[in-house]
Amino acid sequence: MVRINSGIKKISRYRRHRFAGPALLVVALISLGATFQVASALPSTTKMETTVKSTQIEEGKRIFALGCSSCHGLNAEGGSIAPSLIGVGAASVDFQVGTGRMPMQDMSQQAMRKKPIYNAEETAALAAYVASLAPGPDVINEAQLTYERDGNTAEGGELFRTNCAMCHNFAGQGGALSQGKYAPTLMGVEAKHIYEAMITGPQSMPVFSDKTITPEEKLSIIKWIKAAESEPNLGGASLGRVGPVTEGLLVWTLGLGLLIGIAVWLTAKAK
Amino acid sequence: MSKIERIGGNVAGYVDDRTGAAKWLRKNLTKVFPDHWSFMLGEVVLYSFIILLLSGTFLTFWFDPSQREVIYQGSYEPLKDIKMSAAYASTLHISFDVRGGLLMRQIHHWAALIFMAGMIAHLMRVFFTGAFRKPREANWLIGVGLVTLGIVEGFLGYSLPDDLLSGTGIRIAEAIIQALPVVGSYLAFFAFGGAFPGEAFIPRIFTVHVLLLPGIFLALITVHLMLVWYQKHTQYPGPGRTEKNVVGYPLMPIYMAKAGGFFFIVFGVTALLGAVASINPIWLYGPYNPGQISAGSQPDFYMGWLDGLVRMAPPIETHAFGHTISWNILIPGLIIPGILFTLMAVYPFIESWMTGDKSEHHILERPRNNPNRTAIGAMSLAFILVVLINGGNDIIATNFHLTINQIMWFTRIGVIVIPPLVFVITKRICLSLQRADREKVLHGRETGRLVMLPHGEFVEVHEELTPEQKFTLTQHEQPAALVVPNADANGVLNPQGLKGKIRARFSQAHVEQIQAPTESEAKALEGGHH
Repeated sequence: MVRINSGIKKISRYRRHRFAGPALLVVALISLGATFQVASALPSTTKMETTVKSTQIEEGKRIFALGCSSCHGLNAEGGSIAPSLIGVGAASVDFQVGTGRMPMQDMSQQAMRKKPIYNAEETAALAAYVASLAPGPDVINEAQLTYERDGNTAEGGELFRTNCAMCHNFAGQGGALSQGKYAPTLMGVEAKHIYEAMITGPQSMPVFSDKTITPEEKLSIIKWIKAAESEPNLGGASLGRVGPVTEGLLVWTLGLGLLIGIAVWLTAKAK
Repeated sequence: MSKIERIGGNVAGYVDDRTGAAKWLRKNLTKVFPDHWSFMLGEVVLYSFIILLLSGTFLTFWFDPSQREVIYQGSYEPLKDIKMSAAYASTLHISFDVRGGLLMRQIHHWAALIFMAGMIAHLMRVFFTGAFRKPREANWLIGVGLVTLGIVEGFLGYSLPDDLLSGTGIRIAEAIIQALPVVGSYLAFFAFGGAFPGEAFIPRIFTVHVLLLPGIFLALITVHLMLVWYQKHTQYPGPGRTEKNVVGYPLMPIYMAKAGGFFFIVFGVTALLGAVASINPIWLYGPYNPGQISAGSQPDFYMGWLDGLVRMAPPIETHAFGHTISWNILIPGLIIPGILFTLMAVYPFIESWMTGDKSEHHILERPRNNPNRTAIGAMSLAFILVVLINGGNDIIATNFHLTINQIMWFTRIGVIVIPPLVFVITKRICLSLQRADREKVLHGRETGRLVMLPHGEFVEVHEELTPEQKFTLTQHEQPAALVVPNADANGVLNPQGLKGKIRARFSQAHVEQIQAPTESEAKALEGGHH
């Protein structure tokens, strides 16, 4: 008790010291600065990200002006031959550009899947630019694609047959639509792109919102497609998994061909 | 004489003494059959029928023809815990949990396709060679009946597993039943035991598929073969072959060996297909559910032409007196097939009416020597091929980057334009081939060997045909056209009226031929080789 009192007394003895004011000021400034430093640490990275994003958008805008604007308009407002991209969202861009459908090579009935023209970075920039125009569905990231864990193959199959098989065929091999349009094959398509197609409804495909097909159900569908893709051909040569047309072709060519060939051989006259 | 021979002789003697079988056997075991590859098409059909009976019996050991709902618990993971009919579940069971089950299923289905394809090929052979002529009209009718029943049997067979694809087919069959004016809906309710899909249809068609139709097949095939036996087999024209004999080899031992061996070959080819090529992968189609459909839903090829007709029909419906008549289903689904099969069945009678030919024929015609018939056959094939193409229009569209609409319009127009074109072209080709035959007989075969004569002239050496070859090319009859008199003995004009005129016109078209070279023509050319 005495010792504490004596300590305080010792400090208070200097309270009228002529350097007391400046010393207090220094202490106050240092603590304030340190607090500010600590407090400002998070806001400062946000600021950096914003800068990165805005450069990405800038970059996207630049690529867009070069590669897309001739059809989609300088501000993505659309034109006579291409739709407006305002509000389609990053997911749509990631699907269309990421699968090589956009930019289109020719003005055929429908954009087809091909080798992507832009790399991942450029695609992301374009997606960021289009997303900056108006809100829309976001790019699906790896963390959301937990279909291996959360999907149910059999349930996915039921959903697929109910919602997808009518255009994409029972095994996801694709099929014809009217006027030369078609539902493409789903074999070899990245899970991310399948998911994005469901939420953005590219070309003739309808949008399957999360109310129609919940995210878990979407994962199940993807899991079933992936299972169908990796399923070995249990009955032998698959004949394209398109049903009886190729079976009929095979029986008339190889089947009957072989039998007639053998019949000719059996009845050939000895020379 | 060895001991075995003696015992065998005693047994045979014992049987013969009591049945008199020896005489009958000698007569029939030495029966002669002509040899030609096209005569084995019918055998392909017969053998694939036997394969169908055997493999089908195997499948019935596990197949459960019931539409009772079950939850799948078998070993095919992608369908686990899915609700399905017992029929579908048991087909999955056969495919994945029965040893050799999938192979048997595939052999059964490939055998069915070979059965149908073989029947059509056999029918084409009989048609184009005129084998249906008197006295074989009845066998032609049985054959047409077998083809028709084969289509039904095949359809019922692939409908049994109750998968998504076959359920779609049954749905279309229901639509075709419903398209019958007035009674359609009632008949559909009767067939399905209530509303589609109900629980009655699969068990019912199972009975028809495994009992009724195979029974009818067995009966018809037996009669078909007995008639061939009794009427003797037809033969192609050639030296030594007449309307009164059959040139070939005896049943025993040549044909026993050939036919027996061929059975195993047909079985082998079917088993090969069953082992290496997937057919009707029902586990990929999924169980039938009326709310689902797959792109590219097609029937098997023998139904494909019907599907093509339905696909190309314009959407016409009429509503009258509280009834709807779906012309777009009724015409392509019932009326056109009905007309086609009727025409096919009565063709032998039409032809004999056109030509007035009432004589027996055991020597076949080379297709070129009857240009009109060959052209009619080619025209019918063209019709079926065009509609068949439309039946697979979606698969063709995606594979060849065409549009369904283009294919549909091509076949809609083509089905009317192409068959007549094919008729004209085929007829011209046949006549040209006849001309070529005539040239060959008169001037020999062009050898392609050029010879320079001493004075510098080049000639191509023509090799004269052998007398046998000449006979084969010139033996065919070339009947004159029917003469329909303008007036009868009493001076009445056109005694047969319009019917007579039509008949005369048809007859004229039918006998259009290139004059086969005669003896005197050949003689006239002799010595004047060039």
